[in-house]
Amino acid sequence: MKILVAVKRTLDAYVKVRIRQDHSGVDLTSAKMAMNPFCEIAVEEAVRLKEKGIATEIVVVSVGSDKVQEQLRGAMALGADRGIHVQAGDDLESLNVAKLLKAVVDKEQPGLILLGKQAIDSDNNQVGQMLAALAQLPQATFASKLEIAEGRATVSREVDGGEQVLSISLPAIVTTDLRLNEPRYAKLPDIMKAKKKPVDIFTPEQLGVTVKQHLKLVEVNDPPARKAGVKVASVAELVDKLRNEAKVIA
Amino acid sequence: MSPMKVLILAEHDNATLKPATLHLVSAALQLGSDISILVAGQGCAAVADNASRIAGVSRVLLADNAVYQYQLAEALAPLVVQLASDAGAVLAAASTTGKNVLPRVAAALDVAQLSEILAIKDASTFVRPIYAGNVLATVQSLDAIKVATVRTSAFLPAPLATSGQAPIESVAIATAQDQSRFVSASHNVSARPELGAARVVVSGGRGLGSAENFKLLDPLADKLGAAIGASRAAVDAGYVSNDLQVGQTGKIVAPELYIAVGISGAIQHLAGMKDSKVIVAINKDPEAAIFQVADYGLVADLFQAVPELAKSL
Repeated sequence: MKILVAVKRTLDAYVKVRIRQDHSGVDLTSAKMAMNPFCEIAVEEAVRLKEKGIATEIVVVSVGSDKVQEQLRGAMALGADRGIHVQAGDDLESLNVAKLLKAVVDKEQPGLILLGKQAIDSDNNQVGQMLAALAQLPQATFASKLEIAEGRATVSREVDGGEQVLSISLPAIVTTDLRLNEPRYAKLPDIMKAKKKPVDIFTPEQLGVTVKQHLKLVEVNDPPARKAGVKVASVAELVDKLRNEAKVIA
Repeated sequence: MSPMKVLILAEHDNATLKPATLHLVSAALQLGSDISILVAGQGCAAVADNASRIAGVSRVLLADNAVYQYQLAEALAPLVVQLASDAGAVLAAASTTGKNVLPRVAAALDVAQLSEILAIKDASTFVRPIYAGNVLATVQSLDAIKVATVRTSAFLPAPLATSGQAPIESVAIATAQDQSRFVSASHNVSARPELGAARVVVSGGRGLGSAENFKLLDPLADKLGAAIGASRAAVDAGYVSNDLQVGQTGKIVAPELYIAVGISGAIQHLAGMKDSKVIVAINKDPEAAIFQVADYGLVADLFQAVPELAKSL
């Protein structure tokens, strides 16, 4: 079975985000970038399926500027066999990304498509579900466990209040949640080998997709800061404040 | 008020209507005055009856059919797409159900989806968090149909109507599908209020040290009628299950009183609770970041302070 994994280049999860002075967007100038953490989990899951003999080939795809090739190389160092770079702007809307990925799915005909559940920059949590709609495939979002057998995937999903298990026919879309696995680190020889793995490049035109704007970013702002309150000296003082000042307990 | 039609997906479990739905109605009323609530499920007539008693609701659409029993995206999305054809907006809670279904709806309608909106500026302009709530983006939708998930804690609940109820219309649309089958579900059983809807939340962090010690919070939560939450660190350390996690990657809560016990205050945790009305922090480290957002901070050993607090309530 061939697995297609989609990955996104995002601001490194450990870097503090800054907004531009004119509030027109987030300032990413010279910021450290990395593969979105949920996408790393998707890559890891694909590699594990290949190690188990369930997957035969892993194709990794990313949509964005030429710099996303760093993340494609990163995924190939972890075990993906080849890459697809769809050339586009770096802040493409989810629906446009889903349309481009749909075209790649049509081309590659994978048996399973893995994506992170959301990107830590836009926090949209949309592309997997949108791709599933466009490709008319079943979806299992927020996966914490994935098993493949007899043409179906059994997926445990992290849902509000507990866990849900679904059985979905293949091909299918699965989006990864945090506890699905713990991604490995790439080894140096694998990083070297990844440089020689093939990457195909496509434009949206070559994929037959017209990118369309649906949303306009008006401005970005810092969230309102919460003022630090007071330190209380004892439990008794805390109870007194909660009862008589904040009036939140009886 | 504009005549815009707004379609809301009720948040429910076939038996009861979740409070999140009330918050959705007040968000919807900021967009238009013609409000339809879709209750799709199986054996969910009582839910529809509850929904019809919310003030401001024009009608309840009841799709009661086995294909909707588990609200699977593959079944639900085509139904919503059909009902949304004359709507100006479609809203769902930013719950795991809403987040699962609504992007599938939006893509089928060829429109964008806005995630976790916190505020409505006008009928096409919304405020939503990005970068784990560290930035607020004001976004304008250029689409004819606005499709959005709503962070329900950011909107007040709509009241129940003082008299009468909205009409309940049956929806017969149902297409069987076999792409996705429900296998099982496990719910973490608790007598406590639901984390997302509780008036008081008591949360524990890594400072509690073990799953055994985490139970120290129970008497305090019992006294306050509180839900119990946890930081990502406590979940990752295996003290409690993931569905108790408060934070950007877990639940977003905004109770009247939030008590953070042994929680350092990582950005990702603050993103999940900083809109609480009153925040109390109990931590032995006076430099902990949680004190920067706490209304009342107590620098103390939690193993002494928490039982003492429970006893004095």
